[in-house]
Amino acid sequence: MNDNADPISFTTNHTTSVVGTPLRHDSAHLHVSGRAIYADDMRLPAGSLHAALGMSTIAHGRIKSMDLSAVRAAPGVVCVITAVDIPGHNSYGPILDDDPIFPEALVQFAGQPIFAVAATSTEAARRAARLARVEYEALPAILDIREALAQQSFVIPTQTLCRGDPRAALQGAAHRLQGSLTIGGQDHFYLEGQIAIAIPQEDGAMLVHSSTQHPTEVQHKVGEALGRHVHDVVVQCRRMGGGFGGKESQPALFACVAAILAAKTGHTVKLRTDRDADMIMTGKRHDFVSDYEVGFDERGRITALCVMLASRCGYSADLSGPVNDRTMFHVDNAYYLEHVEIVSHRCKTHTVSNTAFRGFGGPQGMMVIENIMDDIARTLGVDPLDVRKANYYGTSDRNVTPYLQPVEDNILDDITDQLERTSDYRARRSSIAAFNAASPIVKRGLALTPVKFGISFNATLYNQAGALVHIYTDGSVLVNHGGTEMGQGLFTKVAQVVAEELGLPLQRVRVSATDTSKVPNTSATAASSGSDLNGKAAQAAAITLRDRLVAFACAQYKLSATQVRFAADRVLLGEETRDFTQLVREAYAARISLSAAGYYRTPKIHYDRVSLTGRPFFYFSYGVAAAEVAVDTLTGETRLLRVDILHDVGTSLNPVLDIGQIEGGFLQGMGWLTSEELWWNPRGELKTHAPSTYKIPTARDWPAIANVHLVEGMPNREDTIYRSKAVGEPPLMLGISVFQAIRDAVASCGAGPLPSLPPLPAPATPEAVLLTLNRLAAGRAALVEVAS
Amino acid sequence: MAVKVSMTVNGKSVSHEVEERTLLVSYIRETLRMTGTHVGCDTAQCGACTIHMNGRAVKSCNILAMQAEGASITTIEGVANADGTLHPMQAAFKEHHGLQCGFCTPGMVMSAIDLVKNFPDTTEQQIREQLDGNLCRCTGYHNIVKAIKAAAADPASAKAGV
Repeated sequence: MNDNADPISFTTNHTTSVVGTPLRHDSAHLHVSGRAIYADDMRLPAGSLHAALGMSTIAHGRIKSMDLSAVRAAPGVVCVITAVDIPGHNSYGPILDDDPIFPEALVQFAGQPIFAVAATSTEAARRAARLARVEYEALPAILDIREALAQQSFVIPTQTLCRGDPRAALQGAAHRLQGSLTIGGQDHFYLEGQIAIAIPQEDGAMLVHSSTQHPTEVQHKVGEALGRHVHDVVVQCRRMGGGFGGKESQPALFACVAAILAAKTGHTVKLRTDRDADMIMTGKRHDFVSDYEVGFDERGRITALCVMLASRCGYSADLSGPVNDRTMFHVDNAYYLEHVEIVSHRCKTHTVSNTAFRGFGGPQGMMVIENIMDDIARTLGVDPLDVRKANYYGTSDRNVTPYLQPVEDNILDDITDQLERTSDYRARRSSIAAFNAASPIVKRGLALTPVKFGISFNATLYNQAGALVHIYTDGSVLVNHGGTEMGQGLFTKVAQVVAEELGLPLQRVRVSATDTSKVPNTSATAASSGSDLNGKAAQAAAITLRDRLVAFACAQYKLSATQVRFAADRVLLGEETRDFTQLVREAYAARISLSAAGYYRTPKIHYDRVSLTGRPFFYFSYGVAAAEVAVDTLTGETRLLRVDILHDVGTSLNPVLDIGQIEGGFLQGMGWLTSEELWWNPRGELKTHAPSTYKIPTARDWPAIANVHLVEGMPNREDTIYRSKAVGEPPLMLGISVFQAIRDAVASCGAGPLPSLPPLPAPATPEAVLLTLNRLAAGRAALVEVAS
Repeated sequence: MAVKVSMTVNGKSVSHEVEERTLLVSYIRETLRMTGTHVGCDTAQCGACTIHMNGRAVKSCNILAMQAEGASITTIEGVANADGTLHPMQAAFKEHHGLQCGFCTPGMVMSAIDLVKNFPDTTEQQIREQLDGNLCRCTGYHNIVKAIKAAAADPASAKAGV
């Protein structure tokens, strides 16, 4: 543990001693010295085997024959399995049973795993997997969203959310616009690829080390695949080398395959995918198309909105239901929509099944409304920021979301005004206009966009957590909780909470690997909820232990409870103090239990899946970003020059970790919308399956000027852990400011002060920017102003 | 076919029979059991496997163990002092929170040490350009660059060498 607070100075208002301080990541000393242990670094027992997956080579078809004799005969091969070798249930689908571990006959995407090999080395397994001879009967493949829409090909039924009378309101609107937008997907590109190690135990049990955000789901799926009970499987995860949603439902596939091979051979089996296989066979952020018609008044205030959203779900449902629900719930973003209709199609395509990714559908919904705001501004010839502000949710009226949850914690006006000032937005707008007038080739653009993001799992049942806290008789404390560490610093934050409650320095508290046999029935570490849920559960356990120690001290020393206090590694007992350890030993000798489980469930939330209404979110997190870009109009290349960010984390549990999440989230969002392009060929093969062709941001993409700050003095109005707010996902959507700034720069090439512009697809790659510039030059603005 | 390779790794002489096609990173991770050097992309692009070979930062997933015959290799495990105190670059990454999931960190640290050795008076712009071959998916790079700048300015860096 390390508790150095300098040299970065972060200001926070806190009266706590451990919570709220900028402590460094609890594994920092291990990471910088190469001593942190990831799954791939674990020592394996003698005789361990290494696995590889064989993949489908076509997008859609029936397997006519599969000749694996050459695979079996290859050097080092010990075991080969297909669908018929699965002892239990052939499914790893998180919600529906439409994700077979291996298909029995029907393959539904190019790259789908169809068999697995275990061999004496990874290389032997991978070489052998290439020797399969598979014959297919090819079937027609649906490869894009518009085609799926035309064929009404859906993984789950279309959902519609409607409030008011949007059709009538459109008819009566002063202005009406129609438009379309395409939004690309995104590969997670966690630096550590998918990996699982299955170690057979006695009496049919299985221990699995999995790089997973959802150990409980892995436990369940492995149990089902082996035909065993859940109590026969233990899943552990100390850390992931990045997750971002890509290790929520996807790791179960790899864990199931490793476990089946381990059960069959009796040996430990490790399955680590290489980067290319990982990118080909795991789901990504959903790409979307959206068509919309919006009505608005002279100020740009929306009076009616009809939006069609269609996403590429891939071949199966996976988490696409809740992902697309969240898209629907974030079409409003920061804006009041009185008359609104949102239609959400969940399209089935013969491509990899798309999944959770930081923001979980929310970012795509926000992209749609932010484009609409920009369209309205350019139609009216006013500053886009003024249109955004005119549409912001109110605080006492105009404050109910389309899903009927009132927005009770709105701080949008405050933080927008603050950032508008500190970023010098208005003056820079003028200077950019002057720059562009004098610069024929390089054009600049500026945009300030807001984020309002709902916090809680949409499905109410997932909003619960457990923790286990032990105090040992040397005064050291061990914490286990249901959350997983993927770099976000959850273990550090939970340790801070327990140290705070017991009045201990952080060094006294150790957090152990997530383990399904210690805390059961956990939810995924997802939906930004890690510290909200697990922090509260660990706090509950720590308070239980503290209360026991207080009760013991009161009885032992004839004190009242208010005379016993825990602080600075000591316990105040009336007029005297004792070492914490000493009191613990006395309590142990008096046979007081020093272990406690803690439990938490989020209050107030409820949600009706049929009507799509309720209070799905405990609270909202907010943020604003102002981005300035330069666009080279000859090449379409873009560069971020400056970003100003003001982000709301309530009262920060740890400002250094929170700022880290905000910076990383912002750049990841910018990558999604600028450089990260997924491309499938006409045969449905993903051709961007390595960093050579799939470009995540590098150090050079961070701007020369970056001012990133936390909102100060605005604790969460809900009773969250120390009044903090979730931070994992919301900052990703600050990256939308960069995309809107590129639109602004592109628009400056048109005629007039704020001309309308053809749709700029996301990601705004140089090709996409050039295409849009060419269309603009040809005068083909795609926005259609509808005669009222 | 097996061949014998000999080299110096973190100051110790090592010698093993390996298959000719064994990658240097596999030799380090699997034969020498030093797992601080990570495999991120398998194709010499992400930089997680960066080590020093004869004093230069190289990506060990793109080199055969045979090619390191007779070389002097330093891995992340060999960077700290013998008494366990961190190299100024390691300390700076920790202090400036230049890491999150940590998977890219060893490679980043190895590249950064080489960078500062080559450009002791380095600038932020130059750090950003030189880091182009090391990918990080978590941090946004801002704190990584701050850490490298701080380590370059730390008088202890010149002494630490590597």
